[in-house]
This record gives sequence, structure tokens and C-alpha cells, in this order.
Amino acid sequence: MSVQTYQLPKLPYDYDALEPYINKDIMVLHHTKHHQTYVNNLNAALKSQAEAVQAADIPTQVALQQAIRFNAGGHINHSLFWRNMCPAKSDDAKPSAAPKLVDKMKATWGDEATFRKAFNTALLGIQGSGWGWLIKVETGKEERLAITTTKDQEPVVGKGEVPIFGVDMWEHAYYLQYQNEKAKYVEQIWNVINWKTAEERFVGSRAEAFKDLKATL
Amino acid sequence: MTSTFLRSSALRTALRASAPKAPARAGLAGTSFVRGKATLPGLPYDYGALEPSISGQIMELHHNKHHQTYVTSYNNFSEQLEEAKQKQDIQAQIALQPLINFHGGGHINHTLFWENLAPKNQGGGEPPSGKLAQAINDSYGSLESFQQKFNTALAGIQGSGWAWLVQDTQTGSIQIKTYANQDPVVGQFRPILGIDAWEHAYYLQYQNRKAEYFKAIWEVINWKAAEKRLQ
Repeated sequence: MSVQTYQLPKLPYDYDALEPYINKDIMVLHHTKHHQTYVNNLNAALKSQAEAVQAADIPTQVALQQAIRFNAGGHINHSLFWRNMCPAKSDDAKPSAAPKLVDKMKATWGDEATFRKAFNTALLGIQGSGWGWLIKVETGKEERLAITTTKDQEPVVGKGEVPIFGVDMWEHAYYLQYQNEKAKYVEQIWNVINWKTAEERFVGSRAEAFKDLKATL
Repeated sequence: MTSTFLRSSALRTALRASAPKAPARAGLAGTSFVRGKATLPGLPYDYGALEPSISGQIMELHHNKHHQTYVTSYNNFSEQLEEAKQKQDIQAQIALQPLINFHGGGHINHTLFWENLAPKNQGGGEPPSGKLAQAINDSYGSLESFQQKFNTALAGIQGSGWAWLVQDTQTGSIQIKTYANQDPVVGQFRPILGIDAWEHAYYLQYQNRKAEYFKAIWEVINWKAAEKRLQ
């Protein structure tokens, strides 16, 4: 029985490309160890799931759901995260690369600084491991922006929700460089946010935001 | 409120409150309240004393920064809670509860954790004896088998949290339980022994190899402290 397997996506930049804001040691471990582990565990859980489906074993299928949710969430979140960052010297790292998004941001929060402050407050309010996301919420013809936090590896996959950019607030995302000073990490990460990707996700569909996640058979 | 919050006697012993101080701001309408502030407990060993299991750098940041932040935040939010009570602002009181749980829990958990660790030359890693050893053998067959199950529980935590050996206050039996984030062991269960599975507890030394941390920490577990908590 062939089961779909997911693979670690390549980073669209070098491991040291986000320095000095996120150092190379963090990026290497985060990508090759942490993200790889989510991918491995997801593939293992999906294989067990396929076997349980084959065996019509419903209790096992249900028991596997949390492992699938956690590890798939980890894979989804990190895949989106790598792409919503870029080297600070790139033009993509400037909010001017996202004119439509910034307009909507201003209409929603008044100005960009107020938005950033609200986003940072949300990030620092996370109790434990989790993520902060700027999302587009589509309800019928209406669409609005919202800041949301998710715990552990819960992904943003709700109906009508499109993730625009996310910030990883697990300690492994910053601890080697910032230790307990997470407020500094939260302040510095704005230097490497990829606004071009953010704009693409804002104007694009939900399916497009997740396009890099297709499994290989 | 301190006396109702700190239910177990083990915890009251562990958590040292300084002499009650008047709050910086007087309460409304001339009323004032007096309460003890939580303080960071001193460690009963040096920062480097748990090496090589836990590095001195980790211990110093963990105690002096992380635990201190829980203490400071707990005191701040407790003060806000007192003010909300004075004003009979129920919404504010409810909004503060998760913050009290998180920061108060962080204070409780770390205080118990420092005590249930010890350097090897102060008994760290010495196997339990007496009633606790008996309970572990009865429930898990052997200390090794217990440690293996405890490590499996630690490894299974999705995100930040703790694993605890707890005693059921209703039946007296012991069991392994995991708690998310800084949720403290309160209510039906009594904390006997806790291990911190937050990444800040091991990352500078072990990075993503958390299984190595879970294995190494048993070398510095203070079973004597755990025995004293069992009733």
C-alpha cells in the first residue's frame, strides 16, 4: 500500500541569511531538526492511519488524530513560516512590497505601527508554546484582517481563514540567541518579514497559500 | 488570598512569602489591604552544582530570569486582582484568572522543581526509600520501569509543560500526569516530583535532543524531597 509522504521543504535562502536577527544555529536546528521531526512523525502517523483504515480499526484511527493534528500542524506552520521571512536587505522585507495589504492594515488598525504593537502584544501574551498569525478571514463577500494566536502546533486551517504571516513563539525559535528576552526577538523579527509573500497570500486564495504543502506519492 | 491559594502544606513550606507589606497604592475609598508578596526562593545549591546533567548557564537563566518573571508577574496580577475585588469588578477578576493560573503556576512549579533536584554530593540520584519506593514498586514494578514511563510521558508533551508524579488525595495512590504550560498540580492531586519539559529548561545544552535531557536529569533527582511530599 502506498501512502502519501511529506517532505521537508528547502529554505528559500541560506541558513545565515536572516542574521543578525535570527542566527544560523537557530535556523539550522529549526529547519533540519525540529521541522524534519514534524515531517517524520507526520509520515509515520499517516502510515499507521492508512493501516488502521485498511483494517477498519476505528479506535486506532481516532487515537491517531491528535498525533496527525500536532505533527501536520508543525509541518504546515513551519512551511508557511520559512516563506514569510526573507533577508533584511531584500526589497521584499519592506512593507512597500505589500501595498494592498498595508492599505487594509491601515483601514483596520489605523496605522502600521498600531498594528505591529497589537501583533507584538498578542505574541507576548502566549502562555507556553504557540504561534501568532495575521490572517485574512473571508465571510461571504466580506474579508477582514485579524490577529490570532494558536497554541502548540495548532495550524490556521479554519473555514475562510487564510494565513498571511506567522511568527513562531516556541522557545526553540529564539532561545539560542535571545534566551529569556523574547520581547527582543518579537521586536527584531519585523526586520525579516517577507512582505511580498504576505501580499501574495493576502490577494490570493486559501489553496494558494498552502500550495507548497502538496504531498509526494 | 494567599492561604486559600496555597492549599497543600508541602507547598506552603516550599513557597516562602516575605513579611506582609502594604501595597504601593492604597485601595479605593480609604480602604487598604495587606498581603504577602511572593518572592524568588534561593536555590539550595550553586547554579553549577547540577552539572553535567544541567549546565550552570541554564540554571542561572532558569532561576534568575524565568522564575523571577513568574514571581514578578504573579505579584503584579495579584495586586490587580485585589483592586478588581475592591471595585467589585467581576469581569476584571475573571479576565485576570488565567494570568494568576499561569504566573502563579510558574512560581509554584519552579519552587517545587528546585527542591526536587539536588547535586550528586547532596543525594541527587540516590534511589527512593521507604513508603515512596514501595509505592513505585507496587505501581510500576521497578524504579527503572517507572522512569521509563515518566520519560515517555515527558516526551509526549505537545508544546510546553511538565510531567509530575502525583498522589491522588482521594485514594492515596500515585500516578504520572502531564500538565500543559504552567498549570500547577492542585485540587485532587498532590505534587510529589516534577520535571520541567519547557524548552528553556534544556535547550542551551541539549537543543532538540530532549530525550537526552530526560535521561540525564534522573542523575540529579532529589528523592528525599519527593519522599517528604508523599503522605
